[in-house]
Order: sequence, then C-alpha cells, then structure tokens
Amino acid sequence: MDLSLLTRKSDIEWWIEPHGRMRVPGIIYATEALAREMDAKVYQQVTNVAMLPGIERASYAMPDAHWGYGFPIGGVAAFDADRGGVVSAGGVGFDISCGVRTLCTGLTFQDIELLKKPLAHELSRSVPAGVGSVGRLHLDDREMDAMLAGGARWAVERGYGTAADLERIEEHGCMAGAKPEEVSAHAKKRQRDEMGTLGSGNHYLEVQQVVKVFDPAVASAFHLRERDIVVSIHCGSRGLGHQIGTEFLKQMAVSAKDYGIDLPDRELACAPIDSPLGEAYLGAMRSAINCALANRQIITHLVRKAFAQIVPTAELSLLYDVSHNTCKVESHQIDGGVKRLFVHRKGATRAFGPGHPDLPAAFSSIGQPVLIGGTMGTASYILVGSLDSLARSFGSSCHGAGRSMSRHQALKQWSGRQVIDELASRGILIRSPSPRGVAEEAPGAYKDVAAVVDAADRAGLSRTVARLEPIVCIKG
Amino acid sequence: MSIAARWEHFDHGADIGVRGVGPTKQAAFEQIALALTGVMTDPATVRLQVAVEIGCEAPTDELLVVDWLNALVYEMATRHMLFGTFAVTIEGSRLNATAWGERVDAVRHEPAVEIKGATYTELRVGRQEDGGWLAQCVVDV
Repeated sequence: MDLSLLTRKSDIEWWIEPHGRMRVPGIIYATEALAREMDAKVYQQVTNVAMLPGIERASYAMPDAHWGYGFPIGGVAAFDADRGGVVSAGGVGFDISCGVRTLCTGLTFQDIELLKKPLAHELSRSVPAGVGSVGRLHLDDREMDAMLAGGARWAVERGYGTAADLERIEEHGCMAGAKPEEVSAHAKKRQRDEMGTLGSGNHYLEVQQVVKVFDPAVASAFHLRERDIVVSIHCGSRGLGHQIGTEFLKQMAVSAKDYGIDLPDRELACAPIDSPLGEAYLGAMRSAINCALANRQIITHLVRKAFAQIVPTAELSLLYDVSHNTCKVESHQIDGGVKRLFVHRKGATRAFGPGHPDLPAAFSSIGQPVLIGGTMGTASYILVGSLDSLARSFGSSCHGAGRSMSRHQALKQWSGRQVIDELASRGILIRSPSPRGVAEEAPGAYKDVAAVVDAADRAGLSRTVARLEPIVCIKG
Repeated sequence: MSIAARWEHFDHGADIGVRGVGPTKQAAFEQIALALTGVMTDPATVRLQVAVEIGCEAPTDELLVVDWLNALVYEMATRHMLFGTFAVTIEGSRLNATAWGERVDAVRHEPAVEIKGATYTELRVGRQEDGGWLAQCVVDV
C-alpha cells in the first residue's frame, strides 16, 4: 500500500481522510511494515466501504487486512438502520460464521508425547475432512430447520457435548433471530451431508501446546499454563453458508439500484437493513451462524471421543468459540449516546473487554478470549479483549495471519510431501487426504502471525495472552 | 487462424482466479469450467462416468458465467462429484450444459480444496482483440 495516501495518526494507526463519496474516514491499524505490505486493493476496499449508506464512525481495517470481496478481509464496519444503514452479504462473506474454538484438555505435553501418532490417526479417522467428505449425521427437513434455529444448543440437545459448553460460545451457542424459512432449498441440500465436517482450505483441527504465556493473570483465568495441551478447531458454516452467500450476493447486487444504492463495487452488494431483502438476508445469515456453531459443536464431540480412545485421562472443556465472519446487532457509544448498530466483521474477531454485558460470567471481569489461528508450522495465539477496542474498532481485533503468497505460487514452491516431512522433523504431525492441499497451505505462504498479533496488541484492540504451537494438524 | 481453446489460473491473494479462452463464448464457458475443476484436481484424472444436465439464466454474460460456475459448485457439492468435460450451449440469456464426471475419489483425485463460490472479483466476459472469447473470475476457496 502506498503510505503517502494515508495520514499517520500514530505508529499503529493510519487514516484515509474522507474524500469523494466517503461518508466517514478509513482507519487502518497496522505497523508501518504491515501497512506497507498490504495490497493496494485494501486501500480501495476500505475506501469503498466508507461510501455505504448509514455507516457510523469509520471503515476499519485490522492489522491482518488483505484483499477480499467488496470488504477487505480484516474489515469492520457498523451501520445504523435509522440512518438508512445497510446489511451486506459481501461484508460477511461466503463462509458465514467461520471461526475458531479452543478446548482445554487438562493434559500437558508430557502426557501425549508418546501418543501423538495414535492420536493423530484417531482424530483424522474421526473428523471427516477434505473435498467430498461426508458427515455421519444426515438431517431431514425438520431436523435441518431445528438445527438452523437452535445452533450449538440444538447439537447439545441431541447429545453432542454438554450444557456447560454453551456458556463458552458467543450468543450462548444460539444466534437469535434466525429464520430457517429464509434459507433456500439449495442451501439446505448442500448441508444435508456436511454436518460435523471440517472442510478444506485454511480450515483445520489442531492439537497445540501452550509454549509461552505473556499475561500470567489472564492465562490463569483462562486455565492456560505453559506446556498445557489444547485443541483448536477452525471451520465455518460449510456448504449452507457458502450457498446463502452466493444467492444473496447476487440478489443484493441486482436489486441495489432499486433501493437507490449506488454500489462503488458490485461485490459490496447490500440492502437496507429494514428492507424485505435485508431482513431476509439477516434471517438466513443468522441461520448460517447457527449452522457453524452446531458444526463446531459436533466436531468437538468427535474430538472428545477420539481423545477418550487414546488418552482416557483427558477432560476437554471449551475455553471459547469465536466467529470471524458475521454481522451482529450490538449497542455502541456514538456521539455521547448509545446506538443499536449492525456490526459487520469480515475476517475480524469480536474482542469485548471486561465488563461487557454480552460476555458470559466467566469472562465478565477479564474480557473475552480472542482466538487467532496461525499456520500448521508456526503458531496460533490467544488474546484477551480490551476495553479500548470498543472505541477503536467497535470491539474488534484481527483474525489470523493472512496469506502472503497465492495458492498457485505456493504449489510451485513446495510439494505436499516435502511440507509434511519437514514439519514431521520438527515434531508436527500433519494428516490430510490431499498432499496438494497441504502444499497450498504451506506455512511459508502466510504472513508472520506474530507481527499481526503484536500490532493488534499495540493498537489496543486486544492483549496477547499466550502463544500456541501445533503438535498435530488435521487438514482437509 | 482459429483460437485454441484453453484454460488457466491467475493469482488472487488468498484465493484463485479461473480463466477460459476459446473461439466462441460457449467454448470459453466450457474452458472456465475446466479451470474450476483444475482448482481441485487435474481434470484429466476425472473419469466421465455420469452426465449431469445444468441450466441457468442471467441478464448479462458476466452474471451468467458466475451463475454457471456456482451451478457447478452446487452440483459438485451435493453429488460429491468432480467433472472433467463440459458441453455448453448459450442462447440469449439462457445457458444449457452437460457436465460429465464421477464421484470424488480422494486417493486418485487428491482434491486440493473445495470451492465455496464464484465471485464478481476480476469478473470479465468478452471478445478479445484476436477475435477469441475470454471468461474469467475469482473463486473463493
């Protein structure tokens, strides 16, 4: 990105001053190095989002921002329905409610050091992953609708996990306002065989070790100590969410003119929040959030069963479940008053600090865990939400490393076998049905997640708590 | 000289671009479908055992190619199939096609990544200077 186009507000905050049709400024949180590395398209996309009707305060980009569809990935924007605000299918993305959940295991590295191989084998057998894989659960029409309305709560009622899990999931495991009747027959059919599947691409299931604690007090409250073993699951709403994204993107792009919206980019497809199309999308999108929550809940159950087979002493308890592709209604301070806003986070994690009313009791005095996924060869991070993030980014932080190299380039540079062997020599076991998929996801194809997390910390979006390194990684 | 039909991928940050080129619009649409398969596996490894009929309609060629690719994504996802050959006819705003392929075989196809959907990014359909047709867009994986 050309830094001369930006106003430098501090070492970590850069503004795109309002110009042309921009209604608010663009604000990018990044170190100089990260901002310089960002694609020029991020500048354009942050600018375009700032042109949308009803946008409040600013169009934000998180430190891991990169070129997305309409919105940048790592984009945050909030809209006020009373000022003609919009809801955007492009602002949520195709993988609705894609997110991360992390489970504590009660184990240390020593407990599983000699069991890594059988554990990797059992996990890869238990959790369907990759193209064409199907789950063991097949939903009829009635159960599909119950799942879309109930989310993880539905899954727990069917025996997948415990009621205690629900308190450790955003929205307490069930997104209110879901309307399964707004989800098309195509989207439901696409999901019929996909419950409890991991998917492919950057999605993963990892057994990780806590290698460094940065904030002992918060880590202790999260029950994390160095050498502890945790499990992280990264996946989303599978085919159902993709289909909803596809269908509403088209409908919103085609009908924007009818609503008097002049789209700066077709992919910013949106509709007024209060319009029939906007309401239909919100009902379908919330159903997809529930689908993602149910999916991660079912996978959690499969992971627990796999651990019980190999390490019976393990007790897997949910730390937290966060979604990073969503639009949620939240109350925020605007010009001294409180407004109800539709906050879009596209590749950005909610990062509420202590005292926020939406947090479960366990985190109300600490702030919520913010779970940041890395690559299979580097590290993931656990952060904690900060009080400052509300004013800085509507309570949002980064979501991951972001690619630095295309899949095409990665494929030219590495073979899957080479990546698997190299990681094995470092004690990291990869299990995947697709060597080509592994090559495309090679750790070297991603940006330095540590730099992203450090920038989010310095910008006051969240604070770093612990660094996790992979031991076993199941990829699609 | 006739334009040789071909397909290729182009780079896009986190995802991947698919492009089809051919002497006619239909040929470019057939080639971009091969490029779509190429995101997942080598199309030459796909056996042509099952034929699937696909139809879609859109007001512009650009929206039509996105609909065409999304229809294929849907058929692949719900039938757990990959396609290796396509025959497309386009009349006005209507596309009819047959796609031939088989059920995904994880060992033989080694499918790299599933496709979430075709996007409007880098979306272009049109005639090129040499008289050939080009169709392209980025797909989200």
